[in-house]
Amino acid sequence: MTTTAARPSRPQERGPAGRLPWVLVLPAVIGMAFLVLPLAGLLLRAPWSTLAGRLAEPRVLEALRLSLVTATVATLACLLFGVPLAWLLARAAFPGLRVVRALVTVPLVLPPVVGGVALLLVFGRRGLAGQWLEAAFGVSLPFTTAGVVAAEAFVAMPFLVISVEGALRAADLRFEEAAATLGASRWTIFRRVTLPLVAPGVAAGTVLCWARALGEFGATITFAGNFPGRTQTMPLAVYLALETEPEAAIVLSLVLLAVSVIILAGLRDRWVSGP
Amino acid sequence: MFRRLRPRVLAVPAALALVCGLAACGTGASDARASRSPGGSGSVTVFAAASLTGTFTELGKAFESANPGTKVTFNFGSSATLAQQIVQGAPADVFAAASPATMKTVADASLAGNPTTFARNELQIAVPADNPAKVDGLADLADPKVKTALCAEQVPCGAAAVKALDAAGLKVTPVTLEQDVKATLTKVELGEVDAALVYRTDVLASGGKVKGIDFPEADKAVNDYPIAALTKAPAGAQAQRFVDLVLSRQGRDVLTRAGFEAP
Repeated sequence: MTTTAARPSRPQERGPAGRLPWVLVLPAVIGMAFLVLPLAGLLLRAPWSTLAGRLAEPRVLEALRLSLVTATVATLACLLFGVPLAWLLARAAFPGLRVVRALVTVPLVLPPVVGGVALLLVFGRRGLAGQWLEAAFGVSLPFTTAGVVAAEAFVAMPFLVISVEGALRAADLRFEEAAATLGASRWTIFRRVTLPLVAPGVAAGTVLCWARALGEFGATITFAGNFPGRTQTMPLAVYLALETEPEAAIVLSLVLLAVSVIILAGLRDRWVSGP
Repeated sequence: MFRRLRPRVLAVPAALALVCGLAACGTGASDARASRSPGGSGSVTVFAAASLTGTFTELGKAFESANPGTKVTFNFGSSATLAQQIVQGAPADVFAAASPATMKTVADASLAGNPTTFARNELQIAVPADNPAKVDGLADLADPKVKTALCAEQVPCGAAAVKALDAAGLKVTPVTLEQDVKATLTKVELGEVDAALVYRTDVLASGGKVKGIDFPEADKAVNDYPIAALTKAPAGAQAQRFVDLVLSRQGRDVLTRAGFEAP
């Protein structure tokens, strides 16, 4: 977490006018304290003496592994479908575009539990598409690891779409126009010009999407249920531990936080920071 | 400036999204707090097990009409969660739990005055109305082709299910261990599972959407429901008055009609 501080400081980037304005610094500090204090609370109340024993429990490792795998697969799925969707929303013009954009962001405001119920009604055994899936392919998503991925992707994809769409709208259209005048096809332009141009936005969206998928709870427990090793991700394990053993829940939360911070910090330096 | 800021800027929303995901599962404690009337004097806040939703809502209305000007506010949820919220200082007046173990959490913190058992509940096998897997007894749940939902062992209905299955000497591998009895019942109502073990009262409350099947081992896993006025009740004497109503003849009638047994 301190890697940026270790870099040689570049004073010319500190800003033009020297002193920082208090009007900005004070709310910034309050905002930061509000975000960081609950984490400090977790650290203070953690049962450090029994920590090692609790971590070694196979159930914890199982839930952690499942969380990392499902969040990563869900993020890949979101990239595969979300980036083209964002491109469509930013570049295409068709009637009802505004409605589509609003609908795409619905999972952001929908309580995740409601999202889970909605997924059940569509992909469940008696759902609109689920019925057909089961009859045609014998595939049933609820209560499976694939169901966890579906629930996480449903909740997390809007984060990616919004980030990428924002980046696409901010990107300078003249580069694409120049490529077009040189005879490049729309696909080539997208691949060789647009995508590299919005890479930071895609990276930011991917990180957000992965983090949201990793913390997903409501849609997962509603749609995929809760079974150790198959659908019990870390947030579900935390919630159930909280029912009887708040201390175990704190340990699980810390593990989830530590792992995600390590991964995000590691990725950040590798492919999020620009040249 | 922005180039150097970007990596740090990213980590913050990412961490926020993570925490927000965890928090999005809100358990309702804050709702209960927010819905308390500002004066507080004329209101009783009751924390009750999810399986008491129907009966206690009815008793709350009866209490309000018997005590004009008093408002009864409920926080229904898993008994274990409610117990944790009370121990953490949630402003509750009365706690009605679905198991003695969850009441003990509150009593151990010296917060529950004098818990009294007011009802008992038995498990039943719940199946979708058309019973697609043709379940007619507990042994059918051990069939791997029958998709079964159970409550997680951490919550009272799950503990009871384990006891009943142990008594029958059966090993059941459920497809899911749900977080409370209502969530378990929902999976049956939606037809996502073929069978589940839930309380008799939940089957009755579903109004015919699921069918209940009795099984003999249910006797071995009867859940006692204790109720107590809390020692730090902001409503003071009103809290005990609500407990008295639940224990009264009138309370007994409401509970019996919903499928609860007398203690």
